Amino acid sequence: MSDESQASSRRNFLMRMGIALNVVAAALIAVPVLGYVAAAMRKRSYQAWVKLGDMSQFPAGQTRLATYQNPFTVPWDGKTSNVACWVRNTGANKMQVFAVNCAHLGCPVRWFPESKLFMCPCHGGVYYEDGSRASGPPPRGLFEYEYEVRGDELWVRGGQMPTLANPV
Amino acid sequence: MANAEDSKLRKRAMAVLDWVDFRVKFRESILPSIVHPIPKNTASWFYVFGSATLVCLILQVVTGICLALVYVPSAGDAWQSLQYLNYEQPLGWFLRAMHYWGSNFMVALMTIHLVQVFLFGAFKYPRELTWLVGCVLFILTLGMAFTGQVMRFDQDAYWGLGIGASMAARFPLIGQQVVQLMLGGPIIAGETLSRFFALHVFVIPGSLLALVGLHLLLVIKVGINEWPMPGRLVTRERYIEEYHELVERDGEPFVPQGVTRDVVFAGIVMLVIVACAAYFGPKGPSGIPDPTLIETNPRPDFYFLPLFSAFALLPPYMETALILTAPVLLIAAAFLLPFYSNVGEKSWKRRPGAWVLVIMVFLFLGVLGWLGTYSPWSPDMNAWSGAPVPEHLVKASTPLELQGALVVQAKQCRNCHSIGGEGGLRGPALDDVATRLTPDQLIRQVLQGGGNMPAYGKNLSPAEVTAMVAFLSKLHPEGELPARDSSVPAPPAKAADAGRTGPGAG
Repeated sequence: MSDESQASSRRNFLMRMGIALNVVAAALIAVPVLGYVAAAMRKRSYQAWVKLGDMSQFPAGQTRLATYQNPFTVPWDGKTSNVACWVRNTGANKMQVFAVNCAHLGCPVRWFPESKLFMCPCHGGVYYEDGSRASGPPPRGLFEYEYEVRGDELWVRGGQMPTLANPV
Repeated sequence: MANAEDSKLRKRAMAVLDWVDFRVKFRESILPSIVHPIPKNTASWFYVFGSATLVCLILQVVTGICLALVYVPSAGDAWQSLQYLNYEQPLGWFLRAMHYWGSNFMVALMTIHLVQVFLFGAFKYPRELTWLVGCVLFILTLGMAFTGQVMRFDQDAYWGLGIGASMAARFPLIGQQVVQLMLGGPIIAGETLSRFFALHVFVIPGSLLALVGLHLLLVIKVGINEWPMPGRLVTRERYIEEYHELVERDGEPFVPQGVTRDVVFAGIVMLVIVACAAYFGPKGPSGIPDPTLIETNPRPDFYFLPLFSAFALLPPYMETALILTAPVLLIAAAFLLPFYSNVGEKSWKRRPGAWVLVIMVFLFLGVLGWLGTYSPWSPDMNAWSGAPVPEHLVKASTPLELQGALVVQAKQCRNCHSIGGEGGLRGPALDDVATRLTPDQLIRQVLQGGGNMPAYGKNLSPAEVTAMVAFLSKLHPEGELPARDSSVPAPPAKAADAGRTGPGAG
């Protein structure tokens, strides 16, 4: 083997080693970076029981707006950690707790007690008092929370924005 | 004496320049691109929109950096910092207005540029890559517009994010993961705004600037598209040669002759943006982004209104499929265009199909956008409480009919139906409802609903229904007969004419 070809094979080896080192380093950097960015993606379920209010706030036969603070927050959330929902006391010892988010594209529906309808201000979705779809583009009725009456208090299982992929 | 000193000064300045250029080699590397010859026939006002878009981009970078000096990208404080910019920071309102109007003009000028290069056949051989990069720049700029709307963290921004998340949730199987990746958590909150801030000030602008560089490099290397002459066909064998001949025979340097109109137009654009900013001021922020304040009417900025309208008007069964596939298909069509139509005629005068496409797209976007400005599909939330039933409709009414008018008012029928020109546009106007429906049909429609109307059977007592139908069945224009059941013999003509109370009143 001549000196020149020895030198070139040494250079080739160095180059290959350099590439290998870079690949290892890139993987060691990329994995934590992707893991960091997608951290919120990995947790499957954000759900916890939260107190919505005293039962006396929800008289029989009426539908009222209630709010709770999302159980998963960061200190700089400000007001965005508050969540609103509609509580319907059917009067027959049964409650219904609806997400304010329209099942179509998530805008906040409003309750109209005289026509007994929930109406959405965005794309014209309308729901009956029991949350079922009345008209407009929504593919289903309002999202309904699981609830529990604990003594004199109403608790719901909340924590994430309800969407078609995850209806509460 | 003065002359001698002048030339001495000039000599010294040249020496300094030479010293610098000996090191950066500007005269060898960049100067040729600046003075490279371009076809004389491109000296046209049609060729100014690309550079004007670039001017807007530079303006956006400058005003954006200024805003970032004060703006707080935190969900809890962003809205307050916008108020501070508007009212307390000296000239903060002006910088916000410049950034807002700059973005509007950038989207508008970019769209005109896109239409111009499309109609001038500029995407054809050998400028395919220039077109592709331009398409990506278009998408990135719309991305800037959407994320910029989120920076104006108000109720529109909050619920706009809700709409985005609800759309993302329609991905099959991984919907929830996509939502959480987009929001940075389970709900729209602190991490959501930070995420969109990073997109708006680092990720998208970085990509945008890099690709603008590539776009410009391609324009310089491949040469600017010559003015298309009808009948002069592009062929892969001859085009490059022909272009060089044209440039040699009838060319002029890009700087200064080639950019004359660009310079003039850039100045006009900047002045108009300054004028709009000074006169109209900044947009918003609207209400504080508190999700418990649900008395809100979220609407996007104008460039997303057509999309907003489409969501209201699409048949529900095709909505998810379209949300997921339409963007992919549209982008694919734009990317494939220069390969599908690679050679041949460039002139808009011989490409009627191009005109049809442009006119169709703008009609489509224009109609949807115009509908979006008053959204007739959305109930008018306050109509029932704000506008009473017009007096002339209840004049000379029986007590039952008066009672019916009250029911129409109190049951919030007018959120969706207008009477006397006031009320929602969701359902048909009720002023002439009696000419369309008989009393029996009215009863059925009210109780069972149908079409887009909810059923009111559970909400109305029989007495209320009777009264309301009595009122509705007298709502027909003077001289126009009310609808009647054709299976029942017609009443004598006179009785029908005089029958202002209508047959359902009893």
